[in-house]
Formats: sequence, structure tokens, C-alpha cells
Amino acid sequence: MTITNYLVLAAILFTIGAVGVLVRRNAIVVFMCIELMLNSVNLTLITFARSTGTVEGQVIALFVMVVAAAEVVIGLAIIMSIYRTRRSASVDDVNLLKY
Amino acid sequence: MNEVVPASVPVDGLLSVAWLVIVLPLAGAALLLLGGRRTDRWGHLLATGTVVAAFAVALACTLALTERAGRTVSLDLFTFIDTGNLDVTAGLLFDPLSAAFTLLITGVGALIHVYSIGYMAHDPGRRRFFAYLNLFVAAMLLLVLGNSYVALYVGWEGVGLASYLLIAFWHTRPAAATAAKKAFLMNRVGDVGLALAIFLMFAQLGTTSYAGVFGSVGLLAGGTVTAIGLLLLLGACGKSGQFPLQAWLPDAMEGPTPVSALIHAATMVTAGVYLIARSAPLYDATPTARTVVLAVGAVTLLIGAIAGCAHDDIKKVLAYSTVSQIGYMFLAVGLGPVGYAAAIAHLLAHGFFKAGLFLGAGSVMHAMDDSVDMRRFGGLARKLPITFVTFGLGYLALIGFPFLSGWWTKDAIIEAALDRGGVSGWVLGGVAVLGAGLTAFYMTRLMLMTFFGRPRWEEGVHPHEAPASMTAPMVLLAFGSVAAGFLLVSVFPLSGWLEPVFGEPEEAAHLVSPLVVSIVVTIVVALGALTAWLFVGRREVPTTAPARVSPVVTAARRGLYADTVNESLVMRPGMWLTRALVWLDARGVDGAVNGAAAALGGGSARLGRVQTGFVRSYALGILGGAVLVAGALVAVTA
Amino acid sequence: MTDVPWLVLMIVVPAVGAAAVAALPAAREALARQLALAVSLLVLLLAVLTTVAFDPGGERFQLTTSVAWIPDFGVDFALGVDGIALSMLLLIGVLVPVVVGASWRDTPLPRPGRPARSMTAFWAWLLLLESLMVGVFAATDVFLFYVFFEAMLVPMYFLIGSFGGANRQYAAVKFFLYSLLGGLVMLASVIGLYVVSNSQLGEGTFAFDALRQLEIDPNVQKLLFAGFFLAFAIKAPLVPFHTWLPDSGAEAPIGGAVLLVGVLDKVGTFGFLRYCLPLFPDASRDLAPWVLVLAVAGIIYAALLAVGQSDMKRLVSYTSIAHFGFIALGIFAFTTEAATGAVLYMFNHGIATGLLFIVVGMVIARGGSRQIRDYGGLAARTPLLAGVFLLAGLASLALPGTNSFVSEFLVLIGAFPTRPVFTIIATVGIVLAALYVLLMYQRVMHGPPRGVLLVDEDGPADHGAADHGPADHGAGEHGARGGATAVPERGAGGATAVLEAPARARVLAVRDLSGREIAVVTPLVALILVLGVYPQPLIDLVSPAVEATMSDIGVDPGGSTPAAPGSTGTGGTD
Repeated sequence: MTITNYLVLAAILFTIGAVGVLVRRNAIVVFMCIELMLNSVNLTLITFARSTGTVEGQVIALFVMVVAAAEVVIGLAIIMSIYRTRRSASVDDVNLLKY
Repeated sequence: MNEVVPASVPVDGLLSVAWLVIVLPLAGAALLLLGGRRTDRWGHLLATGTVVAAFAVALACTLALTERAGRTVSLDLFTFIDTGNLDVTAGLLFDPLSAAFTLLITGVGALIHVYSIGYMAHDPGRRRFFAYLNLFVAAMLLLVLGNSYVALYVGWEGVGLASYLLIAFWHTRPAAATAAKKAFLMNRVGDVGLALAIFLMFAQLGTTSYAGVFGSVGLLAGGTVTAIGLLLLLGACGKSGQFPLQAWLPDAMEGPTPVSALIHAATMVTAGVYLIARSAPLYDATPTARTVVLAVGAVTLLIGAIAGCAHDDIKKVLAYSTVSQIGYMFLAVGLGPVGYAAAIAHLLAHGFFKAGLFLGAGSVMHAMDDSVDMRRFGGLARKLPITFVTFGLGYLALIGFPFLSGWWTKDAIIEAALDRGGVSGWVLGGVAVLGAGLTAFYMTRLMLMTFFGRPRWEEGVHPHEAPASMTAPMVLLAFGSVAAGFLLVSVFPLSGWLEPVFGEPEEAAHLVSPLVVSIVVTIVVALGALTAWLFVGRREVPTTAPARVSPVVTAARRGLYADTVNESLVMRPGMWLTRALVWLDARGVDGAVNGAAAALGGGSARLGRVQTGFVRSYALGILGGAVLVAGALVAVTA
Repeated sequence: MTDVPWLVLMIVVPAVGAAAVAALPAAREALARQLALAVSLLVLLLAVLTTVAFDPGGERFQLTTSVAWIPDFGVDFALGVDGIALSMLLLIGVLVPVVVGASWRDTPLPRPGRPARSMTAFWAWLLLLESLMVGVFAATDVFLFYVFFEAMLVPMYFLIGSFGGANRQYAAVKFFLYSLLGGLVMLASVIGLYVVSNSQLGEGTFAFDALRQLEIDPNVQKLLFAGFFLAFAIKAPLVPFHTWLPDSGAEAPIGGAVLLVGVLDKVGTFGFLRYCLPLFPDASRDLAPWVLVLAVAGIIYAALLAVGQSDMKRLVSYTSIAHFGFIALGIFAFTTEAATGAVLYMFNHGIATGLLFIVVGMVIARGGSRQIRDYGGLAARTPLLAGVFLLAGLASLALPGTNSFVSEFLVLIGAFPTRPVFTIIATVGIVLAALYVLLMYQRVMHGPPRGVLLVDEDGPADHGAADHGPADHGAGEHGARGGATAVPERGAGGATAVLEAPARARVLAVRDLSGREIAVVTPLVALILVLGVYPQPLIDLVSPAVEATMSDIGVDPGGSTPAAPGSTGTGGTD
């Protein structure tokens, strides 16, 4: 079993995540797609760490997970407050920050 | 003639306070201007007193000067500017030439101050008038007494300022304000020439003092001397109302009449003659420039005389007469050593009789409710006897009636011109003789229209003789008009007195005998006077100027189109240029700046539209960027 | 006397004064201006004492102070003055109290619908500006100079933007952006100098004396020169970088305009002399013809524009641009006489144009308009004002007997031997100077009373277009943008009230100079006359510094005999 399969899986996951971010309107779904992309990156990192026998990849993956957790907290909080004020979780409805 | 380098002998005694001549009137002016209304009551007396005192000092200094060897005194006062190679010392040069001028300025100046006491008695601005008059006297004295071209330049501009202030004295009259501005501006054009001449002297010789410059004329290249000579001439033309800068002088008659007498007849306008005479060592080294001086003098002499024939404004006729007479002086100084003394003699004599004529004109105006239109005068001889007699003597002196001032000095100039020989001698002599005839014509016309014939006065005018403070100076000046020429040419020959400045007077061989010249000139003058009598003496003078006249008369009335030329060649193009530049600056230069700012603002606004506020479009941008980076990496590594 | 840190005091005293004034409550306006006057007079005293402590024949930089400021980059808080800088400090010392007196009764332009602003901030900014101006002339560290150079913009920005005329904000932003642009380009050159010094000396420095010793490659010199030059050409301003000045000069309050044109802009010409010439001698020599083209073009161009102005304050601003052309001509002619003349010009122009601005402000305070055509015949009513106006104008046209004559004469006579053609063109400018001064004087002061002096039921008379001379063409151009044609100026409140009073056509009573106004103009009038007759003390003060600068660029201060043929270029001599 080569690392190719892992990398292909990671690429598929990333693509799904990226497309999800671009096409979905629901902020929660966009958020989950971002998580998907982060995890596809984590998978890639672990794969290479494993194949080269070094530890750095795993360390970075742990960092990513920690940052992602923190980001989830803040992100969900923002989404919650937006939902409370605007009665909607669509990202297209919050476009006040523009020119 | 060789370079005349004034010897700097240590100065002691009376001559060491020669600076008082300048400081006295200057202090008077300062006191009157700063003192304000407190000095209203006695200010005019103080002003007159300072000039009289200055005359006394000048007279004493001149007497002291006659006893000194070389008759030249240089007096250094203080360092004006000293930096690098330039060292300008404020100093005075008291020599026969400047002494003659100083006496003229303070003498005639004192008389005109006295006259003004009466003339300006009821003017609310009397104090200001006397302050300006004092300022003028001080500046004019600095002009003639300075020992360097820089000092002369300071005085030169100072008299320009005083002339501006005095022409515009009745400044609520727009014509007076405009005439003053015109005078100052045309003078400034000349000043550019004078300034450049000084720059050129400094660049070539490293000095601007008379002694330094005249001492090293020989070091200068011919072209440079000619350039300096022509530039000085430009300055002289501006100040003396000579062609092509003569148009301001007739307009300057908007000023009070004593001003016209002192500044625009006797003294300031002759500063150009002084400048050229003072620069004799320079002009002696450049025949070219001297020829141009000659030409300017001859042309102006005719222009002034012709224009004088057609005017009805008594002061303008006298003004054009001044232009013409200074033309004679330029002609004389242009002739070189043979003419310098003649020019100065004519200048001094002219100072007397022209000042007297102007004061007489002022007296006439005083009598006629400030009217200057000779067509509304007539028959004044009986009403104004003293004015008539003094004016008449001045008139006779001016036209060159035998044995009066003008006869001596003008004939000397005509003789000198003829002595030049060749075609140019005959042409110049002819012009001078013709000018004498024209002078006789316009002056006789003036006399006849003013003092003779039937009264053509406007209603309500009651002519009366002027007070004694006005007539006394007129009488004194009339004495001068009668005697000055005889005294200056025969009794105390001016050429001898001026020898330290211009060198030994040459006894030129006369090509035409002086007697013949005299007879011819007298005949021409008589013809001119006769013609005038035929025109205005024999028949009634219409009270309005005839409208249908020949083109020659029209041209003369308009001063030979000098104003028209100035207007169409300088004023209008200048105005268009100014307007175009204002537009260019606002639209072009500033437009570029504002345009750049607007473009930047507009561009950024347009670019800002990319920020739609839609998160997903930002995400697409990020993805696109990432793909681009990745693609670039692949392309580079592949 | 020499141990006292005079320069530090001259910076600190006004700065502390500014802080104290700023700390006052807004209502204590009277106290604020009294404090401002006291502080500015104290600075004048300090300037005089500094001059006494200064030895003209001594070392180039005296009264030096140096404290390490950013040691990592070799930046020192280094102060010191030569004669040139000292003359500028004296100018600041004289002008600021005069400006305080001239602005004594000023009030900010009312803003519709908002409460009136307090003048307290004006006095605070004024004192801060004084402190920074002293700093910019006293700095001997190039980086410190740059800091002061830029910091100076801030108080001036607020003086124009908060206390100016109707269109003040446009003018303030334009002034700020223009100056900032130049300053940033200069910063690049300052850093470039640091880099060069780092490579040559092994250790980077901003100290002027060290940088002066560098041998910089001519091409690098040209680049660095260009950076400094642009900043100074904008500041001074030379044509074509000048268009901010008429706007700022017209919109600034009179006090601000005096300091702007009188002192602030001198930083530009001071910079040419202090930084461009000694630091980049080769570039200066190579590029001098181009600078002279700008200078002489400015003399003629700005003078012609001044003739065409209809707004008095804009007119005075344009005259200043022409005068800066003369100063630049003097500096880049590379002779001791011309450069001395240029330094004198910097001082004299501050006095003369300062007075002209102040007098124009006094006229505007009476008539409530900046437009020349709104006036006429003032001289008959206000002889004293007219007299001072004329004197200021005559000083502006460099009439002999006024201080400006000495400087203009020195510039021209000094520039002629090396640059005859440029000088001849510049000399023509003296005719134009007479034209713009006398045109304005005649229209405002002479003739029958008209404009704001005449009153009838319809308000100010003579507003009809028939009266407007052709030269008023510019009024439409600028009036549209400046908004000055219709909007009453500051101080108009009183006049407008009178104008509205129903009355038949009659001549308004305009009062002549008040005691305060006489006190304001007297020192400047005295300086104009005294320095016009006896300028030698000032010349002695600046000459050594000028000669040192000339030797920096390889001009022998006393040796180049003008009579030497060939070098003169005026056609061969003997």
C-alpha cells in the first residue's frame, strides 16, 4: 500500500471541502467544509510523517487541531450572534462589510 | 579725453559734513510723515526750512570746493554691502558736476517749496505733500552726490518713488493714480537697463564705484563698453522721458503743478543727462553707444516739439517741451567732450526757465479754477501782470530770444552739432534748428492763447493774481531765466568749472561761424513765432478743439501714437498673456495636480467595488490565489 | 553664556507653552493669547541671546548639543547653528510675536449649526509650530531634520484646516499631501545617505558633518539629490510644484499665512543651501542649469500670474513664489555674493511679505472681502494703513532703501558673472514686481471710494461686471473653487451687519490703524527700513556660513575675480 491512496483521499476531501465553502450558503455547512479541508491537510501531514518516519508532521497536525478547535469556538459564537440578530444563517445575508 | 579718476583727498572742514545736504530734507520728510497731524500747522515751514538749509550747506560746500586742488572730494560714510568680491561703500562724491546739480536741486527746490506754501495752502494733504517733496529732494541729492553707481541707483529709484507719490498726490482721481503707476512702470523698464549695466560693470571689473569703473575702462572690451553704454542709456531714457520711453512724462502732469515744475521739468527728468554726463569716461570709449545717444536725443527733440504744437492743455504743452529740451541735452552729451558742458549749461538754464514756466502755469491755473484748457484762457496778461511778465521772460528764454538763457545754451548745442561735420553733423544741426523753430511755434501759441486775445473764460471764473509766496519764486526764477545762460556761458564759463570732470575744454574749429548759426537760428525762431501768430494770434481761437484736422495734427495730438504703440505692443499682449497664464495655472498645472488626485480617488473607488461583502466570493479569490501559487510552484520545480 | 543650551531652550520653551495653552479650558481665550504672547516674546529674547552667544567668526556650527537618540541607527538628537540657521531663528523670533499680535482679535469662521470654536487651540498650535520650526533649522542630524520637517506639517495643517477661510479644508489637505509626498521622497534619500555612510565609514550615521565628508559616486549623488530637491522644491515652492501655496496662502488665517510663507517655506531654500549643495556637490553642479530654469521661469511666470489675480491673498502668495525663484537663483548661481543675497533674501522676504500679508489682513478685516474689486479709495480714509501697505508693497518690489533691495541686488549682481542669461531674464522680473504691487495698491487704495466703502440699499455697490478689469478673469476661475467671491471672509461679521443697515449710497466710515495694529506693524516697518540702509550686520552674521557652503561645493569664496575672462561667460574681456 503506497501513500498515494492516502494522498488521493486527502485531495478528494479537500476538494469536497473547497467546493462546499464556495457553493453552500448555510454558515454552519460552510464551517464544516472548512473543517473538512483542515482535516484533509492533517491527513496529508500524517501520511508524510509516517512515510518519512519523522515526527514534525504529526506535531503540526496537532497544532492544526488545536487552532481549529479554537477557531470553531469563535466561529460558532459569531454565527450564533449573527443568527440571533438577523434570523438567518446564510452567509450571503451578511454582506455589510463591503466598500 | 582720458579717464578722470577723482582723487580721494582726505576730507576735512566743511566738506566733511556734505552729507547734511541729503540728511536735512530726509529728516524733514521723516518728521512730517511720522509726526502725523501734530505737524500739520508748521510742517510745511519746516520742510521749506530744511531745503533752504540744505541749499546753504551746498553753497558753502561749493565755495569750499573751489579752493581745493582738483575740485573733487570723495567722502566715505559707511559700509553698505560687503561680501565676497562685492564691496559697496556708501559715500559721496562732491565735484563740480555734482555741485552744479546740488545747487540747482536745492536752489530751485527751495523756491518751489516756498511757492508750494501758497499753492497748497488750502489742500488738506499739505503736510503729506511737503513730506513727499522733501523726500524727493533728498533722493535726488543722493542720486547726484553718490560716489558709486549703486548709490546713484538708490537715489534713482528713490526719486522714482517720490515722483510716483507726488503724481498720485490727488489719488482719488483715477487719472492721477494711473499716471503715477505708468510713470513708475516705464521708469522701471529703464531701471532694468541701469541695473544690468551695474551688474555688467561688477562682472567685468569687480567694482561699481565711479573711481573704480572709470579707472579701468581701458580693461574692458569694446563690445562690453558699448553694452554698458546702451544699458545706461536705457535707464536714462526711462527717467528722462526720452524715446521710446517718453509717454509717461505728459501724463505725469496729473500731479500738482509745483511737482511738475520741480520733478518733471527742472530736476528729476534731467537725471538721465546727469547719468550720461557722469559716465563720460565710459561713453568716450564707445562711439557706437554715443551715436545711439545722439539719435535718441534728435528723435525725442522732434517728437516732443511736434506733439507740443497740437495740445491745448497748458501743462502738457510744457511737458512735451520738456521732453524736447531734454532731447537737446541728450543730443549734446551724445556729441562727446564738445557737448558735455553745453548740455549741463542748457540743463541748468532749462531748470530755471522751465521751472518758472511751470510755476507760471500753476499761477494761471490758480487763477482759472484749476482749468488747464488754453482754449478757455485768453487775455490774462492784464489780470495777472506778474505772472505774465515772469512767464513771458521764461518764454523768451526758452525759445532762444537773443541774449536770454536759451539763446546762449541752445545755440552752443546747435553749434556743437554742426561742428561734428559730415552728413550727420548737418542732419543733427538741421534737426536742432528745426526743433528751435517748432519750440518757438508752440510756445508762442501757448503765450497767445493764454495771455492775449479775447477772454474765453468759463462762466464764474474771476482771475486774480497769486499771493506773494507764489509770485516771489516766479520772479526769482525769471531772473534766473534771463541771466543764467549769460552767466554760465560767458561770465563763469561752466566748461571751465567742469574741467575736473570732463577735462580740458577743447576749442573746436567751427565749421560754421557762430554768428551765422545765431542769425539763422534767430530767423527760424522768428518764423516759428510768426506762424503761431498767423494761426492763433490773428484770428479767433475756438473754445473747442476743431475735430476735422489733418492726420499730422491728429498724430501730434496723440503724442505721435506713443500710447497706442505701447498699448498694442506691450499692454494688450501682456494682458492676454496674463489671462492665458492664469488659465494655464488653474487648469494646466493645478489641473494636473487635482487631476492626479481625482484619478487616484476615482480609481480606488472603482477598485473598492471588488469588495462585495459576499464571503463566498472572497473564498473563491483565496482559492484562485492558492491555485495560482501552487501552479507557479509546479511550473518552477518542473 | 555659551554653556547654556540656548537651542534646546528655544525648542522646549514654546513646546511647553503650547502644552500649557492647550491645557487651558476653552473659555479662557484671553489668558491663552496673553500666554502665547508672553511665550513668543520669551523666545524672541532667547533668539537674541543666542545671537549674542554666537561668534560669527568662530566654528561653523556653534552652541551644539548632541544626545544619542536611536543608537542602533546612529541617530542623534543633535542641534547646532551656523549663521544661516541663526538668521532664520531670529526671523522666527521676530515673526511669531508679531503674528500673535496680528491674530489677537481673530475668530474662527463660524460653522453653520455648530457652536463657535475657541481660539485656544489656535494659540497652542502656533506655539507648537514655533517649537518645531526652531527644531528644523537647528537640527544637525539629517534624520532629526527629517522628523522636524514632517512634524512641522501637523500644526500648520490644523492652523489652516481649523481656522482658515471658507475653503480651508481643501487647502489644508492639499498642503499636507503635497508636503508629505516631498517629505517621503526625501526620507528615501535620507536612508540612502545612511546606506552610503554605512558602506564608506563602516558604521551608518546621520550626522551632517560626517555625511559632508563622504565621497559619493556622482550618479548616486544625482538620485539622492533628486529626493532632497523634490522635497525642498515643493516646500520652497518652485514652479511647477507651487500650486498648493496660493490655495494655502489664501485660505490660511493671516497669522498662519505669515508663518507659512515667511518661515515654513524657507525650509525649502534653507534645505537647498544646507543639504543639497554640501552633501551632493557634483550633482548640484551638474543639475544647477535645470534648477535655474525652474527658478527663473518661476520669477517671470509667478509674477505674471500675480498680475492676473483678483484675490489679494492669492496675489501675495504668487509674489512669494516669484521671490522664491530669486532665492533659488541666488543659491544655484554658486557665487558668494549671490548666496549671501539668497540668505538675506530669506530673512528679508519673511519680514517684507509678512508685513504685506498682515496689512492685507487688516484691509480684509475692514472690508470683509479678499477680492481686490471690492475695494477702492481706501487711502483717503485710512492714510496710515495705506502708507504701511505701500511700504510693504515697495519692500516686496525691492525698492532701494528697503531691506529687500539689498538681497535682490546681491542675488542678481552675484549671479550675473556666472549666469548672465538667467540673470537678465530675472531682472525683467523687477518690472513685473512693480506692476503687481502697484496694480493692487492702486485698485485698493486709490481712486474714488467704491466697493465695500460705498453703501446703498442693495448692499455693496460696484459689484457690477462693468467695473471688473480684464485681469479679473482669474476671479471666476478661483472664485468657483475658492468660494471666496460670495462668502464673506473672517471678520466680516461686523461689516456685513453695517452693510445690511438700510442707508442711501454713502461712504462708510472705515477706521485707520488701531493702537494694537500700529504696535504690530512697527517692528516690521523698522526692520525693513533699518536693514535697507544698514544691512552689513546681517551680512556679517551669515557670510562665514555662506563661504563655508561655497567651499563645500568647490567655489573659492574670495578668489574668483570677476574680471577673469572666460569664467564669466559674458563675452571676452581684454
